[in-house]
Amino acid sequence: MATEGLHENETLASLKSEAESLKGKLEEERAKLHDVEQENADPPMKFLMSVDTVESGLDNKCSVYPLTFEKNENMAAKKKSVAMHTNYLSACSFTNSDMQILTASGDGTCALWDVESGQLLQSFHGHGADVLCLDLAPSETGNTFVSGGCDKKAMVWDMRSGQCIQSFETHDSDINSVRYYPSGDAFASGSDDATCRLYDLRADREVAIYSKESIIFGASSVDFSLSGRLLFAGYNDYTINVWDVLKGSRVSILFGHENRVSTLRVSPDGTAFCSGSWDHTLRDGFCRFFGRHGSEAADQSSTIGNAIMAAAAGIGMAGLAFLLVR
Amino acid sequence: MTIGGPRGWHPRLQMPCLRKMERMIVSMQDPDMGIKMRNQRLLITVIPHAMTGNDIVEWLIQKYGISEEEALHLGNLIVKHGYIYPLRDPRSLVLRADESPYRFQTPYFWTSTKWPATELDYAIYLAKKNIRKQGDLIEHEKDNYNLLHKRINHTWDFVVMQAREQLRAAKQRRRGDRIVIDCQEQAYWLVNRPPPGVPNVLEQGPERRNCHTTRVQLTKNMDYYKREIEYCRKAMARTRVKSSICLEGYIKFNEQYVPHDPIMSGCLPSNPWITDDTTYWAMNAPTVTTPTKLRVERWGFNFSELIMDPLGRAQLLEFLKKEFSGGLQGYTPSHEALDVAHEGVQCHDPLSSIVSPSPAENLSFWEACEELRYGEQSRIAEIVDSIYQQFLAPGATRWVNIDSKTMERTLEGIKTPHRYVMDDAQMHIYMLMKKDSYPRFLKSDLYKNLLAEAIIPPETKKRVFPFMRKQRHSSPSPALLLPAGDAEERSRSPSTAPVPEEES
Repeated sequence: MATEGLHENETLASLKSEAESLKGKLEEERAKLHDVEQENADPPMKFLMSVDTVESGLDNKCSVYPLTFEKNENMAAKKKSVAMHTNYLSACSFTNSDMQILTASGDGTCALWDVESGQLLQSFHGHGADVLCLDLAPSETGNTFVSGGCDKKAMVWDMRSGQCIQSFETHDSDINSVRYYPSGDAFASGSDDATCRLYDLRADREVAIYSKESIIFGASSVDFSLSGRLLFAGYNDYTINVWDVLKGSRVSILFGHENRVSTLRVSPDGTAFCSGSWDHTLRDGFCRFFGRHGSEAADQSSTIGNAIMAAAAGIGMAGLAFLLVR
Repeated sequence: MTIGGPRGWHPRLQMPCLRKMERMIVSMQDPDMGIKMRNQRLLITVIPHAMTGNDIVEWLIQKYGISEEEALHLGNLIVKHGYIYPLRDPRSLVLRADESPYRFQTPYFWTSTKWPATELDYAIYLAKKNIRKQGDLIEHEKDNYNLLHKRINHTWDFVVMQAREQLRAAKQRRRGDRIVIDCQEQAYWLVNRPPPGVPNVLEQGPERRNCHTTRVQLTKNMDYYKREIEYCRKAMARTRVKSSICLEGYIKFNEQYVPHDPIMSGCLPSNPWITDDTTYWAMNAPTVTTPTKLRVERWGFNFSELIMDPLGRAQLLEFLKKEFSGGLQGYTPSHEALDVAHEGVQCHDPLSSIVSPSPAENLSFWEACEELRYGEQSRIAEIVDSIYQQFLAPGATRWVNIDSKTMERTLEGIKTPHRYVMDDAQMHIYMLMKKDSYPRFLKSDLYKNLLAEAIIPPETKKRVFPFMRKQRHSSPSPALLLPAGDAEERSRSPSTAPVPEEES
């Protein structure tokens, strides 16, 4: 007589209600240690302002281009297709070395790939909708990453086991961009609900919101300055807002782009940041007009080398990848 | 890029900014707190319920406490999305902060209300214009008209009939109303069918949530809920930290790092992006002979800073070698090291198992483990074996001291090598270095000398004539630099050759 360990009470409905009630209790637990209120603070502070790639695509693939400084080298010919999802790829990143890639896709999953063989090493399931962004943790152990998706959730994953460690759901709309705070204890997210939020991993909750009534367009891309004091966020209203992370107030607003800002990154040494936009241009944080693409600049990542301060790869409508180095 | 989106896509859902704009528009029209409307004179006609561009900007400044530049920018976006339209020069949806007259778009013509903008409606609109202007349409409208005529030829009679009917009805209205309705309709079509060269504000980029069949499904079956329950139980059991303590952590981190943040504190000698002087980068290259003071200070923040900087790591290695060669007599393990080493120590001579035979090997072992963790899949077995032979095998030349429990686990794991098989051992050695070698390194003469000899670069002398700044110009598109043989790329972007611009 096979009961197979199925207790009488373990029907789908009872499991579902147990899960729901546990979720409720979990939220209560998370709220218990929240003993601060965010105040929107004083007048903004004054400060001085001085700003090997991967691409992901609408062809559901992730391609790796070897970088070279030789002028006549046709990089497109050497490209190698690594990852393959069942829907568009929204984000990708090398892990600590050049030999692994982490990707996020519109099919709702993230995946870790071996570059050389193209083999899938680990996949991460849990988002209920398209995953739009990801960022690797700068921690000593280097084992986790955070992803954000159209299900309004930001999830922290263990790369080794593929399990979700923590999840945060306080945004009102799609999360377009996530980035870790330099210490690795927190991360910021930018969303279509026109807010950026800071989530602390030890407190296991959202600890700050960066929003203003006059900002009604979604934030497409966020990044911290080197010390984590400033949060730069590019918005769909063509502007870049600079937030004071600790005070929660906006420090500055930057104009200059003529269409939505789709991507933004601070250089690894923290000397500048660069923004890419649908107006086909890239501008550095000193409003210096950097270059013009044949089409939209959609994604960029900073490399590790010192001479390449902001390497930008633009994905044109024609599916080309460009590389701009200083 | 899609215009409109797939079936089931509605702008009010997928563009939260529209809803927010609509709320703004409603509060602008509030009888008490909204914009004061008046009659605006348009040549000989008087249009009621209008306002000036200036009114709009002023109201935004007052309401949201923003600058004039920001208010103008925001107002411009509202006009671009068709919620406010200009009465003068209605073909260009632009906000001017002067006495130009504007009106609120009727909710009937809001993009989110009259959705989607159908070909039929557009055809009727163009047909009306065509009749009124007796064929003299603007170029792109003429093209669209002809295209539609071809495409929906079968209903063209209906289109013309509707157009005539609407024109007839319009003639019976007052002149003022006619002008207003024309402007409203024109604004709607400017948003939904933008002329060439004007960016389409309704473009949303790659479709999201577009296809459920290509989504990796999470079927909500028993397993799914069991996993959810497991996750919730684990999550509830985790230790949490008070928010206030976390914030204090940020403040401390901030205090430590702000002097090192070039955007916050500037950088010496100067920020290369501003002055075009690349000395800063030369001085902070991964391997220089003399590091800067800030860099050496940073090594003292935490162990990770030291080990992740190639120069720092090299200095650490030198220190560890010096310690070893300086004689074991001088080496007294710290309490932390003793605790760490005592875990699982077997009953033989305690001293020989506590004293690490060579602290420098720890660093090499750690580096080898990193190579394994982030290395190529195909080389895993090879790297694991190499690590074993060099560092773990009994009698290995570079033997590292790991507690026996971890050693047992690791040796077991090596039988089926995988990427993470060295994790426990690596963590053990990392902690050993962090708690033992690192504090000693910071107190050592080597480090103190590094600090003393480190450079503080002098600030670049300010230009005598600061207004003679170097001309800034943009680089040409890399597309122009592609080798000639790339027929594929050429064929796709023939006419988008960008021109380098001058910008001061």
